[in-house]
Amino acid sequence: MEDSASTRSFIRAILEGVPEGVLAGCTVQEATSGFDAMRLLPRGPYDLVLTDINMPDINGLEVIQFVRKSPHHKDTPLVIISTQTSERDIARALALGATAYLRKPFVPEELVATLERVLVPKGGAAPHG
Amino acid sequence: MAERRDDAPDKAREEFFSEASELVDGFGRHLLALEESVESGHGPDPETLNDIFRGVHTLKGLSGLFGAATLSGLSHELENLLDDLRLGRIPLSTAVLDLLFDAVELYGRILSALKGEQAEPREEVLTLLASLAAVSNERSGNVAFIAEYELAPETLGVLTEYEEHRLRSNLQAGLALYRLKAKFPLATIDSALEELKLRVRPVGEIITYLPTGDGGDLDAIDLEILVASRSAAAELRQAVDSDAVLVEEVKKRDLSQARTPPAPRVSERTDDSAIDLPDGRETPSPPAADEDEPPHVSMHPAPQVHEAAVMPAAAAGRDISLRSVTQTVRVDIRKLDRLMNALGELSLVRGALLRYAEKLRSEPATRRLGMDLLGVHRAFERQLAQMQSGILEVRMVPLGQVFDKLARIVRQVSREQNKSVHFVVTGGETEIDKLIVEELSDPLLHMIRNAIDHGIEPIPERAAAGKPDTGTVALNAYQQGNHVVIEVEDDGRGIDPHAVLHKAVTMGLVSMEDAKSFSLEEAVSLVFMQGFSTRDTATAMSGRGIGMDIVKTRIAKLGGLVDIVSEVQIGTKITLTLPVTLAIVGVLTFVVEATVYCMPLSSMEEAVVFDAALVREVDGREVMTHRGVTLPVVRLARLFSEPPAPQRATKQFLIVARVGTRRLGMVVDRLIEQQDVVIKALGRTLGHVRGFAGATDLGDQRVALILDVPSLIEECLTAAEGRRANDASLAFRFGEGS
Repeated sequence: MEDSASTRSFIRAILEGVPEGVLAGCTVQEATSGFDAMRLLPRGPYDLVLTDINMPDINGLEVIQFVRKSPHHKDTPLVIISTQTSERDIARALALGATAYLRKPFVPEELVATLERVLVPKGGAAPHG
Repeated sequence: MAERRDDAPDKAREEFFSEASELVDGFGRHLLALEESVESGHGPDPETLNDIFRGVHTLKGLSGLFGAATLSGLSHELENLLDDLRLGRIPLSTAVLDLLFDAVELYGRILSALKGEQAEPREEVLTLLASLAAVSNERSGNVAFIAEYELAPETLGVLTEYEEHRLRSNLQAGLALYRLKAKFPLATIDSALEELKLRVRPVGEIITYLPTGDGGDLDAIDLEILVASRSAAAELRQAVDSDAVLVEEVKKRDLSQARTPPAPRVSERTDDSAIDLPDGRETPSPPAADEDEPPHVSMHPAPQVHEAAVMPAAAAGRDISLRSVTQTVRVDIRKLDRLMNALGELSLVRGALLRYAEKLRSEPATRRLGMDLLGVHRAFERQLAQMQSGILEVRMVPLGQVFDKLARIVRQVSREQNKSVHFVVTGGETEIDKLIVEELSDPLLHMIRNAIDHGIEPIPERAAAGKPDTGTVALNAYQQGNHVVIEVEDDGRGIDPHAVLHKAVTMGLVSMEDAKSFSLEEAVSLVFMQGFSTRDTATAMSGRGIGMDIVKTRIAKLGGLVDIVSEVQIGTKITLTLPVTLAIVGVLTFVVEATVYCMPLSSMEEAVVFDAALVREVDGREVMTHRGVTLPVVRLARLFSEPPAPQRATKQFLIVARVGTRRLGMVVDRLIEQQDVVIKALGRTLGHVRGFAGATDLGDQRVALILDVPSLIEECLTAAEGRRANDASLAFRFGEGS
């Protein structure tokens, strides 16, 4: 989830364009806010959750906590993407159960590499989420 | 330097210095921004403070790695202070700001001490450390700490740093804290929340929205909303006006019980943190400030324990990568020089390729092959040009790098002098060759100091002259063609040409006779003469180190020119005109007396056929009217030859050179072509020869000298002493084979 539309479509374009590897053929579902995520998350299995930290209303940390408490998603890889430069917030996100962290701005290769890294240990099944 | 780890490889050390200097520069820049935000009454900008904090934190880590103990110790203390500032534990006073500025200066000195350039400022560091400690101890006693409130670790653990800061600020300001609980249907949550926000905003600030529950309910969500408000619970309830929303006050903990909340659930960990918490403090083990505890536990400074307790520990043991993703590299400029040289060699290859292609094309039998080769040559040439501009681009840095440092100097000097100075900078984004930037900082520093020291008057004097108390020193940069122009302007007392003349005569720099022929502008320019100083007792600042003559020499070395305009009581403006880069120049090649020379295109206006009939003599110098303006003319054949060659009958050409506002016509025998060349220094044997900026290889095994136009103009136009063009320093003959 991410409140900036351009970032969302940028990420979608990258992920849907990955030609091979665990990410190939993945489906991306966008959430525009924390609430949006709350609506979506309980409804389906997701192989990976990607979220910003600084968002209006519900922040990324709260999302992480919510995701981790949910029985569906307590083990789902969760990657933070954010311009958030505070190390304290990064530390906190990881402490809350985020799997990895990626700083904006990033190039497509970094995003893909990070996601592949967190996805592979989980058995390597192609994600649908 | 006992603390320098000598086994650190040179390359790593260089990178350390370069990164450390960047961090220190950034620190200084942010401080200025901070000061501005404080002075404008907005209070310190939290983000800037945070940036400073992070910079110092990184510096601490770096210097730790390199065994630079002083640097690391200072950073550690600073970090604590900055942490207190950024989390609002202590206010940002002018005194604190001064300490931070001192720290920037000290950082610079420590770094140069580490390089072995100067002695370590040990005493100053100790003084600063003591002052830092004193400030930290001043922390206000009645600070409200979040941990004193009955908030679950689960709530506190998901606050972003900013939210936590807002929460703390509100509590410190004495506001009450409320928890709003409600169940929202997911389908309509957005509009329902908007409505709630509208109702709450007039009476309080929403800190955060925390979803509770485990997502088991697919249709609704439980939210906990933290609100800080000055109002009583009843008023808030009235504002919310909904039975579905439960409003309860978050009470302070009963201090007779345990003073800290249990450690957050998420802080379970098996070993030391994988992530260094930015405040450098250890994540607390579950604290126990119970009366029964042994005394050493309760000796922990309570606020720290509280603060740290709200931070969940980093999760260890997980496969986490905190690798920072950076997209810039730092490159030693000498490497770029080597690349540039290699590029120069490639240009030679290109020249040879062209010659062979032409040769092949001229023979009927190989004409086709020649044409093909010419095609290859063109592609090669295009790529070369692209590479060249690419490398040049990398060398360019914004002037702002130097300007920021100057802003600190202005601040310091005006304080010392008890003058009020407004420093206005424009054009900091103008880019110029990295090497030039480095050479510029001393001259600019001196010019700025001069402007404040000699230019800007003390407040009473300004008042008497009807000027505003605050003087202005303006630094302005912009690009003009292939040059960058930097102006330093002040609205001070100006330079009195008569006083300058008098002084110059007294010092024996100018004869009484010559003095009479000076125009007022020329007189002002005398401040650039070697040995000239406008004050008998130099002040601590401008009197030290370099004078205006050095400024001029330094700028000239960079291929630049200095101009000065001053008006008594109005102010002084000094203009530096500099080439954008030193590495490569577009030149016009031409022939004088069978020798090829190069004229930088950046210094020339045009080249036309020379009409000797238009030349006339004025005061023993040749001039002509060119495009309606009187243009001094110099015949390069006479300048470069000894004895002067007899005048030719054949057609000659006139190149009109221009630097800043000064123009000079140069008569040459023949024009060849325009091309880009890599400038090479003349080397030790010829380095002292004035009039030439360097030499270059034209690609056909011919070496050509590149004219140093600013110094030529200088030589030929120096009006005062009517120095003849056949000055000894220029009377060096560069024939073939020299």
